[in-house]
Amino acid sequence: MINLATSLGQTQTPEAVMFWILGPSAVLAALGMLLVKKAVHSAILLAWVMITLAIFYIAQDAVFLGIVQIVVYTGAVMMLFLFILMLVGVDSADSLTETIPGLRPIAITAAIGFGGLLVSLLGRATLGRQMVGLTVANTDGNVQELAKKLFSTYVWPFEVVSALLITAALGAMVLAHHQRTIIRPTQREQSINRFRGDSMASAAGLPGPGVFARHNAVDVPALLPDGSAAAASISATLKARGDVIDSRIFELSEVDTSVEEEK
Amino acid sequence: MSTTAQLIGADPGWLIIVKAALVFIVCVVLTIMSVWGERRIVARMQQRSGPNRVGKFGLLQALADGVKLALKEDLIPAAADKVVFILAPIISATTCFMSFAVIPITGEVTLFGHKTAMQLTDIPVGVLYVLAIASVGVYGIVLAGWSSGSTYPLLGGLRSSAQVISYEIAMGLSLVAVFIYSGSMSTSDIVAAQGKWWYAVVLFPSFVIYCISMVGETNRAPFDLAEAEGELVGGFHTEYSSLKFALFFLAEYVNIIAVSALATTLFLGGYHALPGLGFTETWLGGWFTLIWFFIKVLFFFFIFVWLRGTLPRLRYDQFMQFGWKVLIPVSILWILVVATLRVLSLQGASRAVVLAFAIGIVIIVMAVNILFENSKTKKKNMPVAQSAKPSFAVPELPIQVSSINVSQKGGDRV
Repeated sequence: MINLATSLGQTQTPEAVMFWILGPSAVLAALGMLLVKKAVHSAILLAWVMITLAIFYIAQDAVFLGIVQIVVYTGAVMMLFLFILMLVGVDSADSLTETIPGLRPIAITAAIGFGGLLVSLLGRATLGRQMVGLTVANTDGNVQELAKKLFSTYVWPFEVVSALLITAALGAMVLAHHQRTIIRPTQREQSINRFRGDSMASAAGLPGPGVFARHNAVDVPALLPDGSAAAASISATLKARGDVIDSRIFELSEVDTSVEEEK
Repeated sequence: MSTTAQLIGADPGWLIIVKAALVFIVCVVLTIMSVWGERRIVARMQQRSGPNRVGKFGLLQALADGVKLALKEDLIPAAADKVVFILAPIISATTCFMSFAVIPITGEVTLFGHKTAMQLTDIPVGVLYVLAIASVGVYGIVLAGWSSGSTYPLLGGLRSSAQVISYEIAMGLSLVAVFIYSGSMSTSDIVAAQGKWWYAVVLFPSFVIYCISMVGETNRAPFDLAEAEGELVGGFHTEYSSLKFALFFLAEYVNIIAVSALATTLFLGGYHALPGLGFTETWLGGWFTLIWFFIKVLFFFFIFVWLRGTLPRLRYDQFMQFGWKVLIPVSILWILVVATLRVLSLQGASRAVVLAFAIGIVIIVMAVNILFENSKTKKKNMPVAQSAKPSFAVPELPIQVSSINVSQKGGDRV
């Protein structure tokens, strides 16, 4: 392992190059995350910010932290975000109309003020004790030393946080869970019912839509032998929406089939 | 810090670039060959001959297909989100190569006069790095599904994200036992720790769980629900054509090789020779280990093809149930067992204690299995609800024959 931070305060050239490429790109991505209209674009930019942060951690010799940042945040948390965001569709974008007049200047002022406060506070923050340096902290290896700290000094907060997370997950499950009022038939029961029911009509599957040789779109019901439309051949959603075309217009008798004779 | 890490750390810059290029070339060539190999093997399993026209034995078929794909018209659907639509295959194709950076392909060899090992870099958390890269690679599939702006790709993308998140947990848990036993997360240390016994033998349950979840992770049959052609047309890549589709195609095969390489590294002793053939490791100045490595990788690849040729696709809910209710609990219990054994052996417990513990575990597992089987037979014997007799004529159901008395003439039915 190359020790990049051997001399404190001095940055080696490769690290400086990496910083000046990734740093601005991270800041741009973070700003873009706030400013783009589509939620999924925002999520991608946030994922990029997380990855650049992870690369910075790795460059600072916090290899484990950097990799875990990608696995946990980019791989799991952001992926779950994306999972939800994908359901909103490609075309949807945030509406930019103000519902409360004058909200935008107030929000911008508050954001800049809060940001300034954070920067000034964090800039002046001290650890309260002397730094020991990476070489001392990582005597037995980065992962081993982290594990020692987590499972000895910080075992109580660690366990409390995990209990909190489990409680949150259980709570979400309890809130989202609902008791079935009727038992859902299993695949086996459904299959048996298809053949033991009053009618054999559904035994071989529902009829497909479309009129033979004339039209095969999903919104055109198939015709039964007596010329009436087969209701089962159309999706219930289309029926409810009223998006069904009368199949009789495709009947041969309705179409002009006369052939003009040549003179 | 392992000796391999020191060996690689001394590489000059140009050698790193040469090794990176070599890894890239090997991946691409292996992809082309594995596409051909898969088609030939599946064909043999289905009593066909497979591609045999382009080149000797059809060896150049995949290359010809690649050229054909590249020359096709590149379509971007009107409803697609253009930027993300182009970005998605690029993410897929770039991340799949990155995991090879930490895979030790050979032992100590001499390359252009430099003593080195065919491994691009060795970081102390190498295996976690592979997991991280895999989780970024999923973005390609998920974003492809979303940006296409149509229903089937979206469903494929959703399925894929749920699938990979669930199976990555099982995969990560199966690796924990390896970390506990080898005392390291670096790939070269893990290979070195397997000098005597492969972890596929020592940690057999972990090996099985990893093998199952690596199929789930790469979206391959029987877990290819993200591109189930019977249900979702092509899944996430339905709207893709030409080079963008080729990138997804490439990514899928490179991913297969990557997870196979990781399985080789973690469970089959990496570049080490088969037990008893250790003397071959010094042949060709150490380069013979490369052959061992690729034999093991191709063995896993053959299993991938075999699975595809044999098993039908799982139903989605069964697939998720299997991941969450079987693989994850089993691997957590197994980690408990492994950790206890490890602590016992590290604290110098006598062989009798370890043996007693192991026997206790085996007895518990067998008891649970018996209870499970009993409840299964009970469930099977439960009466099926009978509905009323249908109003139309049906053929009579076969008579239930409980026993046949053969002693009497004609064999009366009782």
